[in-house]
Amino acid sequence: MSDTAVKTPEKKPGFQLPPTLSYIVSDLGKNGIFLALIAVVVLFSITTNGILLRPQNISNLIVQNGYILILAIGMVLVIVAGHIDLSVGSIAAFIGAFSGVLIRDLGFPWWLAIIGALVIGAVVGAWQGFWIAYVGIPAFIVTLAGMLIFRGLALITLGNSNIGSFPEEYRALGNGFISFAGPDATIDVFTLIVGALAIVGLIVQQVRTRAGRIKYGQTVDPTVWFIAKMAFVAVGVGAFTYALATFKGIPVTLIVLAVLLMIYGIVANRTVFGRHIYAIGGNRRAAELSGVKTRSVDFWLFVNMGILAALAGLVFTARLNLAGPKAGDGFELEAISAAFIGGAAVQGGIGTISGAIIGGLIIGVLNNGMSIMGIGIEWQQAVKGLVLLLAVAFDVYNKRRAGTSTSR
Amino acid sequence: MTQNILEMRSITKTFPGVKALSDVTLEVARGEVHAICGENGAGKSTLMKVLSGVYPHGTYDGDIVFENEVVEFKDIRDSEAKGIVIIHQELALSPYLSIAENIFLNNEVKGPLGLIDWNKTNLEAKKLLARVGLDEDPVTRILDIGVGKQQLVEIAKALSKEVKLLILDEPTAALNDADSDHLLDLILHLKEQGITSIIISHKLNEIKKIADSVTVIRDGKTIETIRRVDVSEDRIIKGMVGRDLENRYPDHTPHIGEEVLRVEGWTAHHPQDVNRVMVDNVDLTVHAGEIVGIAGLMGAGRTEFAMSLFGHSYGSRISGKVYKRGVEIKTRTVDEAIRNGIAYATEDRKMYGLNLIEDIKRNISMASLRKLVRGGLVNDNEEYKVANEYRQSMNIKSPTVLAKTGQLSGGNQQKVVLSKWIYADPEVLILDEPTRGIDVGAKYEIYTIINRLASEGKAIIVISSELPELLGICDRIYALSEGRITGQMPVSDATPEALLKLMTLEKQR
Repeated sequence: MSDTAVKTPEKKPGFQLPPTLSYIVSDLGKNGIFLALIAVVVLFSITTNGILLRPQNISNLIVQNGYILILAIGMVLVIVAGHIDLSVGSIAAFIGAFSGVLIRDLGFPWWLAIIGALVIGAVVGAWQGFWIAYVGIPAFIVTLAGMLIFRGLALITLGNSNIGSFPEEYRALGNGFISFAGPDATIDVFTLIVGALAIVGLIVQQVRTRAGRIKYGQTVDPTVWFIAKMAFVAVGVGAFTYALATFKGIPVTLIVLAVLLMIYGIVANRTVFGRHIYAIGGNRRAAELSGVKTRSVDFWLFVNMGILAALAGLVFTARLNLAGPKAGDGFELEAISAAFIGGAAVQGGIGTISGAIIGGLIIGVLNNGMSIMGIGIEWQQAVKGLVLLLAVAFDVYNKRRAGTSTSR
Repeated sequence: MTQNILEMRSITKTFPGVKALSDVTLEVARGEVHAICGENGAGKSTLMKVLSGVYPHGTYDGDIVFENEVVEFKDIRDSEAKGIVIIHQELALSPYLSIAENIFLNNEVKGPLGLIDWNKTNLEAKKLLARVGLDEDPVTRILDIGVGKQQLVEIAKALSKEVKLLILDEPTAALNDADSDHLLDLILHLKEQGITSIIISHKLNEIKKIADSVTVIRDGKTIETIRRVDVSEDRIIKGMVGRDLENRYPDHTPHIGEEVLRVEGWTAHHPQDVNRVMVDNVDLTVHAGEIVGIAGLMGAGRTEFAMSLFGHSYGSRISGKVYKRGVEIKTRTVDEAIRNGIAYATEDRKMYGLNLIEDIKRNISMASLRKLVRGGLVNDNEEYKVANEYRQSMNIKSPTVLAKTGQLSGGNQQKVVLSKWIYADPEVLILDEPTRGIDVGAKYEIYTIINRLASEGKAIIVISSELPELLGICDRIYALSEGRITGQMPVSDATPEALLKLMTLEKQR
């Protein structure tokens, strides 16, 4: 057994890069979607004369896209299992309206309303999961029906009106900030401390993972490249938190997202449930014959999607301070696009949480950048459609070139 | 001018990082049946893809001379236009279309207005079916006929294209003995009509039966071409693996212990047609350290028995009792069966056994992820270590355990499937066609693994349609016919004739 930490790639005839460099090139290739995000950011910082990267705009980017990113996290898992969910926008609208009724008409305290809304989200998810997992109706049909059903229920709940003026604490979910800076301070020290802790935490976690892999004789990044990556992460997170610190502090939405990202990153890769999702998506029958309880996994997957859709609905409602009939319109398409731009496979089995988040951010930057440039909504739509198509086409091309696509 | 219909000269084909074919030469004489032998991954399929234009001219080095003319195919259509037709192992028929529609797919019989002339289509199809000896109505849907007949439809389709050189890639891999014989006879019959055939096969007895010459390929190189007079199984095997295989079945001294599994009165009905009995009152026992074979023709209910036992994965209205070491157990779900120490390695590893887009590591851990959980989370370093241990002990040929299983050869895929089940640590291991589609060398390795498991005290059931295999590795063999056990015998008493008699024993009506 070769215990070398860095495995030199096999010799190929002809021109050859030094091993470390060729490793870096292939590693960059695997993270093409991340490079694409950077490219989009650079492009729009130029075309918007730097407005894109102003602290206020960076903060807005997170807050404006938070609910799409929340949906994308659930959606990518649904897609990995080989399903789709078209109903998340309608569920978000229904739950937003429902939480409004709880607070305005029934006088629930804000926290109980949030919990109640999430529970109803789970019930809605269980309803859809039941039809998909135990009756065996394709998710496309069940959630298409759900899209109509829950849009209808949202309208019924609202009774042809809007519900607005939510309590302060509830609204914080969508547009609150955590900051301890006084009114005259130009920078929030608390935000900087959180940023520093995040950098340290990320690096410690990465170093520990790397050490564990080396101990088990696995291939890891060459040291130079690993340090370069960590430095990049440190600079990126540092610059990002600095921007937030000079604006209003840490958006509550960002905290919600960070927690979700951590939890679902672990769920997808390190839990039996998460692994079973990938096993089902890769080959449902083989998973079944390996003892995976496919129906149960499908069911809980949709319960989970229901809860996340409810959360997205709450964040959106809180942000607008309004539960209206058009809320959540088209969210499902943005979430699905995010997952696919992020590298999820239409046939299932492939996709990552981080990919979906980056995909969502690409859409977010496109929206934001084009809006700043004053490009009309009609062109924005067309451009986003084209980006989705090209992103997936690029992915397909890449896989074919690498010879990893299964021809049969 | 030569009598060769085809000459492939110095064919070299490289993929990024891999030389799949290196200076391969193939000469096929007009009107002969030419067999190509080689281990999986030796380059047989690549060579045929070069020939049929799947890899277009320009992506390989060397020349293809067909009918004394250098040809440069851009795609399959090009090669078909010249009369070269390839029939792949996985049949390329559309299940919901009729036989006639499939035969003339993309080659439709058109009337004066350019519209399809269905009467003529069906008439022509009927004629072609007669040529391949298939008595079916051309409007029958493909999914309503068996796989043996589907194979014949593929050949009828090739005939409709006025084929001169027919390439068959493991044509009998999925066929039972009767269908195989019919197919082989048909190939000989076509030879009389002047059609040259190239047949890729692992089954040496078949090659011996029909081939006029055999080209052996190993590691992307032509080893030799043997003319009919010299064709012997041992000679071919020697060429394929590069060494003498004195014994195709490793020696095995059974140490049979106490009874591990007893099945009583096991009955299962067809999943849709619930009145049809597929597995009929089966009684069976297996002891620790014993390798028990189940012999049966296709459709006898072998797989149906195993899968209904394994978590009721097949069938409806399942009844019967299962005892493990004298204690009754339930196997109503796969999970329950695994927990009770039963494992089943499927006959169709690509469809039911592996997640082909996932790596070796995650395939091996798939049935026993729970074992790797520490503090609620899957320990992926431990998973890597476990997988790596299996990669070495099972001799899975891949650079790392991070290789996708879809890119492995059949033999290595089967080793991954076996690793998965061995890691689940069952007491009873049911192996359904463990060596299907695997080359001779890898077969030997699989047999060795089976022996090792038996000597570790596992109870093993092997289902196989190859009688020599059962006779070579089992200690005791059951014969199955129409879902019933029609007899059993220790391997010392068993002969192919005796088993075949039991396997074809029909129910008293």
